Amino acid sequence: MRFKRYIAAAAVLPFALAVTAAAEEPLKIGFMTTLSGPAASVGKHMQDGFNLFLKLHGNKLGGRDVRVITVDDELKPDLAVTKAQALIERDKVDFVTGIIFSNVLAAVFKPVTDSATFLISANAGPSIFAGKNCNAYFFNVSWQNDTVPEAMGKYLQEKGPKRIAVLTPNYQAGKDMVAGFKRFYKGEIVDEIYTQLNQLDFSAEIARVAALKPEGVFAFMTGGMGVSLVKQYSQAGLGIAVPFYSVFVVDETTLPATKDTAVGLLSTIQYAPSLDNEANKVFAPAFEEEYGYVPSYYASQAYDAAQLIDSALNKTGGKTDDKEGLRFALQRADFKSVRGDFKFNVNHYPIQDYYLVKAVQRADGAFVTEVVEKVLDDHADSYASQCAMR
Amino acid sequence: MSSALLAVQVLNGLQLGVLLFLIASGLTLVFGVMNFLNLAHGALFMVGAYLAVFFYQTSGEFFVALPLALICAVGLAMLLEATVLRHFYTADHLAQLLATFGLILILNDSAKAIWGSIPRSLPIPELLDASIPLFGDLSYPVYRLMVIAVGLIVAAALYYIVQHTRFGMLVRAGAADGEMLAALGVDVRKLFMTVLIGGSALAALAGILAGPLIAIQPGMGDTVLILAFVVIVIGGAGSIRGAFIAALLVGLVDTLGRSFATDFFRLFLSPATANEVGPAVASILIYALMALVLALRPAGLFPAAGRT
Repeated sequence: MRFKRYIAAAAVLPFALAVTAAAEEPLKIGFMTTLSGPAASVGKHMQDGFNLFLKLHGNKLGGRDVRVITVDDELKPDLAVTKAQALIERDKVDFVTGIIFSNVLAAVFKPVTDSATFLISANAGPSIFAGKNCNAYFFNVSWQNDTVPEAMGKYLQEKGPKRIAVLTPNYQAGKDMVAGFKRFYKGEIVDEIYTQLNQLDFSAEIARVAALKPEGVFAFMTGGMGVSLVKQYSQAGLGIAVPFYSVFVVDETTLPATKDTAVGLLSTIQYAPSLDNEANKVFAPAFEEEYGYVPSYYASQAYDAAQLIDSALNKTGGKTDDKEGLRFALQRADFKSVRGDFKFNVNHYPIQDYYLVKAVQRADGAFVTEVVEKVLDDHADSYASQCAMR
Repeated sequence: MSSALLAVQVLNGLQLGVLLFLIASGLTLVFGVMNFLNLAHGALFMVGAYLAVFFYQTSGEFFVALPLALICAVGLAMLLEATVLRHFYTADHLAQLLATFGLILILNDSAKAIWGSIPRSLPIPELLDASIPLFGDLSYPVYRLMVIAVGLIVAAALYYIVQHTRFGMLVRAGAADGEMLAALGVDVRKLFMTVLIGGSALAALAGILAGPLIAIQPGMGDTVLILAFVVIVIGGAGSIRGAFIAALLVGLVDTLGRSFATDFFRLFLSPATANEVGPAVASILIYALMALVLALRPAGLFPAAGRT
């Protein structure tokens, strides 16, 4: 009799173990960002932002243990596709997040969303996925690319100069910035100056701006290009006569390099480390303490991506197999964003506030951005009406 | 388009040209004299800039950092020459390409490991941090004038060394016919070593001078390497005079092209089309120039004697 009980127990045991094993299986997140090349500093900010949330929450999202598989897309869309496919098919990740660049996002969008895996962009916000091609499996927790220059356009239209020169690199993102700016700025654009990607020397362009004598210059120039431009613009001594307004140029990824030459420069974005809200009061100091540098909006966006996943999983009880339920939970965006107000539009891009920020030197010597005023309140992108999702 | 703007843009072109000359002169000697394809040359540009950052942080003075960084860069060049490069003097170009490309990767990643991937900066020395009004109301930064001056002095010094010293004679002879030089009993290895280290020092100097102007980040040498090769192809490998004239030509064509291409196209195209076509044409102007030179004078504009 007892022997039979032992057999029964032995037969049940594997099933019991299997059930417990399944409940303990970690949540797998594919974190794809650029960790090499000139944009590596941005990738590091994002990686640290995402990992900070895990550190503060015992490496759990929605109550489940997390395994983050970090991959470097090297800013190569074809390589990114291969790595994304590995994440989906080999590693069977539940979420893919990160993604700095719009061209990388455009490459991995179809493979990831077709496999019914949620793709949460923590930076890239191209317009193609905000309108007709909006997708149920795609969420963006940063901004739609056009909205950031739209905020600067509105600020300059209301408060500022009547004649502006525009300076941007000659590629799609640069042209999107100009388009967004022109949507709100109705003054005269004296010239649109297009530069080359990875250009080091802007003396020719700066001389041209000086000769045109506009009342201000609006620039978009990322990474090292932005650092070079800011330094050279300051050296040319134009800053008083032709104020420098920009987006994605002056932030905590470039301020450690530009330092004094950037102090006083204005830009528009949805986040600054000094923002006064509950979530940021936790995030910003913890980030600085953990990693030893000031977080940029890139880091804050990655942190919010983690918060979003956490909030959604809390609603589904940690389960990811019910895709409809998980999507509904994600759409709710029931978390306190470090940027303040945050909710999703029908196209899964944010509706949020945009601020005018200024570069300053803090009392402790660090160079940071600080909020000057709010420019746009609960602002949505211009493509949502074309999205069929409701 | 005013004459003042044209004058400023010409000055900008000269400054870019002078910087390119500093980088290309070392490369042209190495390629011309030693027939050695040194891709790591651009990485030494980056090394110079990073060493300047390091010594500036420790000393607080740009003019103290400059010589220290230069000495260290020369030391690194000697180390690289002794450990890696000297074994490839007689190898075929593919092997040289692979070896020096490997050096690029090692140097780039070392820079990233030591200084991080976030761009670094070097402030302009206070003495030179001003703009002087030159043409009408357009002013020009003093630091850039200094760069032009340094470049011209180096060019003059190089010209003197190559044309009027015994060492320079050996360099010119090596560019013309390396085998004959060895057959005449000259210690070619020592000559090669000096040329390689001298060239690397020039690249590092260019990096230090460019430091206050541009973002210092891993991989910054790769862009200038391509420009340097364009210069030596146009100028003729092995010729300092060719490198000088080609560098100024490339600097001027690139700068003036970027400044005025869109204006030029606006003369007969709609503004929107000109905005599309202008920047695209400007970005390929120097390569079009290189293609033209290759088609008409394959050995370059001023090839080293004995190489036409």
